[in-house]
Amino acid sequence: MSTTEAVVQTHLDEHGDHGHEQSFLRKYIFSTDHKTIAKQFLFMSLFFLLVGGILATMMRWQLGFPSQPMPGAGGFPDTMAPGGIILPEFYNSLVTMHGTIMIFFAIMPLLVGLFGNLLIPLQIGAPDMAFPRLNMASFWLAVPAGLLMLASFFVEGGAAGAGWTSYAPLSASGEWTGVYLGQQLWLLSLTILGFSSLAGAVNYITTVISLRAPGMTWFRLPLTTWALFITAILVLLAIPILTGALIMLLFDQTIGTGFFRPEVGGEPILWQHLFWFFGHPEVYILILPAMGITSDVLANRARKPIFGYHAMVLAIISIGFLGWIVWGHHMFQSGMNPLLGTSFMISTMAIAVPSAIKTFNWLGTLHRGDIHFDTPMLHALAFVSMFIIGGLSGIFMANTPVDIYIHDTYFIVAHIHYVLFGGSLFAIFAGITFWFPKMFGRMMHEGVGKVHFFLTFILYNLVFFPMHNLGLEGMMRRIYDPNEYEYLQPLQPLNTFISVAVFCLITVQVLFAGNFIWSIFRGRKAGSNPWKSNTLEWSVPSPPPHGNFDGMPTVYRGPYEYSHPDAADDHWPQHLPPPRGGASEPHPAPAPSLAPEGVAP
Amino acid sequence: MFARSIPVRRLTLMLATAFLAAGCGGGDDAGDAGAAGGGDQPAESSVDPATAGSLAGTVSFTGTPPAPRPIDMDEEPVCAEKYTEPPTTQTVLVGDGGGLGNVFVYIREGLTGHTFPTPEPAVIDQDGCRYRPHVMGLQVGQTMRIRNSDGLLHNINSSPTENRPFNVSQPVEMDTDREFRVPEVMIPLRCDVHGWMSAYVGVLDHPYHSVTDTDGSFALETLPPGDYVVEAWHEVYGVLSQEVTVATGETLEISFEFSQEMAGNPVPMADPWIVPHSAHGLR
Amino acid sequence: MEHLSWLLPESFSTFGQEIDRLYYVILWITGIVFVLTEGLLVLFLFRYRHREGGKAEHSHGNTTLEMLWTAGTAVLVLGLAVASTSVWHHVKRNVPEGALEVIVTAKQFEWTVTYPGADGLVGTDDDFNQRNTLNAPTARPILIHLRSEDVIHSFFIPEMRVKQDALPGRSIRVWFEATEPGEYVIGCAELCGLGHYRMQGRLTVHATDAYQDWLEGAMAEAAQ
Repeated sequence: MSTTEAVVQTHLDEHGDHGHEQSFLRKYIFSTDHKTIAKQFLFMSLFFLLVGGILATMMRWQLGFPSQPMPGAGGFPDTMAPGGIILPEFYNSLVTMHGTIMIFFAIMPLLVGLFGNLLIPLQIGAPDMAFPRLNMASFWLAVPAGLLMLASFFVEGGAAGAGWTSYAPLSASGEWTGVYLGQQLWLLSLTILGFSSLAGAVNYITTVISLRAPGMTWFRLPLTTWALFITAILVLLAIPILTGALIMLLFDQTIGTGFFRPEVGGEPILWQHLFWFFGHPEVYILILPAMGITSDVLANRARKPIFGYHAMVLAIISIGFLGWIVWGHHMFQSGMNPLLGTSFMISTMAIAVPSAIKTFNWLGTLHRGDIHFDTPMLHALAFVSMFIIGGLSGIFMANTPVDIYIHDTYFIVAHIHYVLFGGSLFAIFAGITFWFPKMFGRMMHEGVGKVHFFLTFILYNLVFFPMHNLGLEGMMRRIYDPNEYEYLQPLQPLNTFISVAVFCLITVQVLFAGNFIWSIFRGRKAGSNPWKSNTLEWSVPSPPPHGNFDGMPTVYRGPYEYSHPDAADDHWPQHLPPPRGGASEPHPAPAPSLAPEGVAP
Repeated sequence: MFARSIPVRRLTLMLATAFLAAGCGGGDDAGDAGAAGGGDQPAESSVDPATAGSLAGTVSFTGTPPAPRPIDMDEEPVCAEKYTEPPTTQTVLVGDGGGLGNVFVYIREGLTGHTFPTPEPAVIDQDGCRYRPHVMGLQVGQTMRIRNSDGLLHNINSSPTENRPFNVSQPVEMDTDREFRVPEVMIPLRCDVHGWMSAYVGVLDHPYHSVTDTDGSFALETLPPGDYVVEAWHEVYGVLSQEVTVATGETLEISFEFSQEMAGNPVPMADPWIVPHSAHGLR
Repeated sequence: MEHLSWLLPESFSTFGQEIDRLYYVILWITGIVFVLTEGLLVLFLFRYRHREGGKAEHSHGNTTLEMLWTAGTAVLVLGLAVASTSVWHHVKRNVPEGALEVIVTAKQFEWTVTYPGADGLVGTDDDFNQRNTLNAPTARPILIHLRSEDVIHSFFIPEMRVKQDALPGRSIRVWFEATEPGEYVIGCAELCGLGHYRMQGRLTVHATDAYQDWLEGAMAEAAQ
């Protein structure tokens, strides 16, 4: 028995899943199966996506119809919306909680929690994660964190209202906002969530390094796994910075320390350095997995190898590195030394290079392809086209002098939504629709999926593209009522238009929710490989059994051998042995080895 | 360094709420309801009017009071239009007869063993970008009805030391109700949108308080007979107090006299300012 | 729908035009890249859509092409960065000689402007304050010592292309030189609490000689 099989055997024994029935609690609630945990993250994050969307709707109500009673808000407590009129402090809470919930409880757990859990073991040919119980703990830490965050809406003083970035000293004392407990719960919740993310990251890194199937060399990893691997390293290094800062701020709030409060010798700008030192890698945590998913879907649906696989991997790695030295571009106008501004501008411009490489390589992948426009592909293409806009608008803000004017205006609101909604969220839709059959054994409805895509794509652009123009007109972000400024009053029709588009955009998501739930029970049965994909997850039944693989798969080639002239079909799965004495290997396979990097199991 | 920290009670409360939320799947306002004051309010006062006496008198002022400073309300035409004369600060109001206005006169000590019903809500109106009244008294648990008659954004930022602070906004014409749960004299209110707007609220566990007009007169009626300490509070000139004995059926006349010299001893008040710890870059 | 313009509103400070010029350079470059990339994307999607019996080309990439666009992008963006450093340093670091000095102190939710009194120096006893109103002359730079009393605010004069966060505990130097007399808006661009959206001030730019008249009038009024 080789070492690899020994490890697999240990795992299976540990799970004790050889024909034994598991209790409901062990199987669905406190499961250690990575696929179940992935689904738990999926349901939790979709719930928070909905919450975040509702918060956005309320915000847009105020901006579209300033100080008019919001329909359906009659029952809101007087501390939020007396008579349905959203109060400025509640608006600030909406702004803060929309950002926090979307970033930390929707997009991040979808990309990292869902796809990391679902895909890493399956794509590398492992029976499960390296530490299944730690994996379970990761999810069950995220749940109380989410509940605390939601609970903060209902405490005295309301939810945190200092923005998702919680700049001190506004966030450091309730004296400035009237929010005491809400801000503290915000800090506590994110601290707990940090431990959840760390547990996940340690797991992903260990799993990718030590549990790859024989023949799965580093440069045969699918790009999604590559991206998730680098993401996990970013999480591992970035989250502790945030946690440290959160605890310092919590101490400022509760026991009167003065890390960020100048009246007792603290430094407000220190918070910004710590927050963005975490925050910029976080931005890449939110986009790298999306890039990976897009690459996998594009190559598959264009039936063509990914263009410049090695360059793609190197781009992911260099984004991972450069992501650490650009945090200051959030702080050009903060009072930081202007000389630092120049250095951060140059490093920021440098990070545009790997991003551009990826974009060009996606275009190269489509060139001379055989493009199938299924729902996942449409979402992946939306990612590419929207990421181009988000990337290009980033250049304006990376440029320090131009940033003077557009900093903290709606231009940045447009930019972040082009990256996080146009980018990450479309990639998430692509990923969910693509791997839905693997998760639930059934296909999602294609017609409804397409209608959902086109409506979302159009409405999304109607919402966010004009925000660039609002920013160029000088409309600041996070203002409750722009009409207070005379020069912004002519923008009201545009703001109302955007709000109506948001309401439609949110409504249209009913199609996705309906399709999702309907398809779980009634969707067309999917075989093991409905997309004719090469990667290992499609070599097992849908959904895969506990332990994933029947024995240990062996990998013979890279993940993107589509339309290979020597292959019978237009795809050539990684695990299929080459025909005896037949075609030459595109990449000669080294001897199967469990731990190519010398990691002893 | 720890002077303005949040009481440990709040940290405990936070942890308690955290566990509550984690355990029950939802948060709740675990505020300190019933910690003081609230709860069982009697329907009637325990003071027998047949045996009660009264206190009355005036607060006078000697010396030259500072001229009221004009308030520039150009940026708020809605407020500016409400005045025919240019609006001024309400800090020192001296009447023609030498009476001092906006003095809070109340029984500080001597009332024990009595219970009082909670009075009807008291209104503090923001009208013309000023608080009306500028000084008011409340009983613990009594509703303070904060009214915005201007229809533009005001926020009411209270900075008590004994009570829970609050900071609420009113973007349009509306009423907001708040109450205080522990006696405290005085609680400053301010509006951060209009730096000139300030008011003071005295919270007592009994109804014996009065705010003087510019004639300086005050009256505290239906007092049970006994020995009391009466105090007069002014935001610039500080406090004066005297011991009195109220007898059944009598109206005791007393007077307080403030003078310009007392301006050096203002009542200590929570100071929200931050002094920049250095002024580098300046000559 | 009006206000969908990608043009910037007119600027009225000396460095405003330099900033605007950089903006338009970037707008052109990104505009061209945008049209090229999105155009290629749409073209490929149309040209290489799935047809019955069609087959994709098996190609793993083209190293020369990849080298080319990597180098091209690098040169372009780094060139942009280098080209903009001088404007940045001009705006943020090089305060001109002979500037008129004032102190602007931000607090929730107002801007207090401290003007020098008769001695022409700020930070002395004869200074006087005005709430929410900054006055400046044309053709002479004004240097603002920007401070905050409570939380972080951001001092934003859109038409002067000025933006700088005000930090409690620090005094930050901000300057500009107005080119046209008129009334301009001062806004707050950093979330500073519930009245953030109402933290508005006015900038009045006087013609050079009218400024002296205003100053004398204001000093006399403050002395009362």
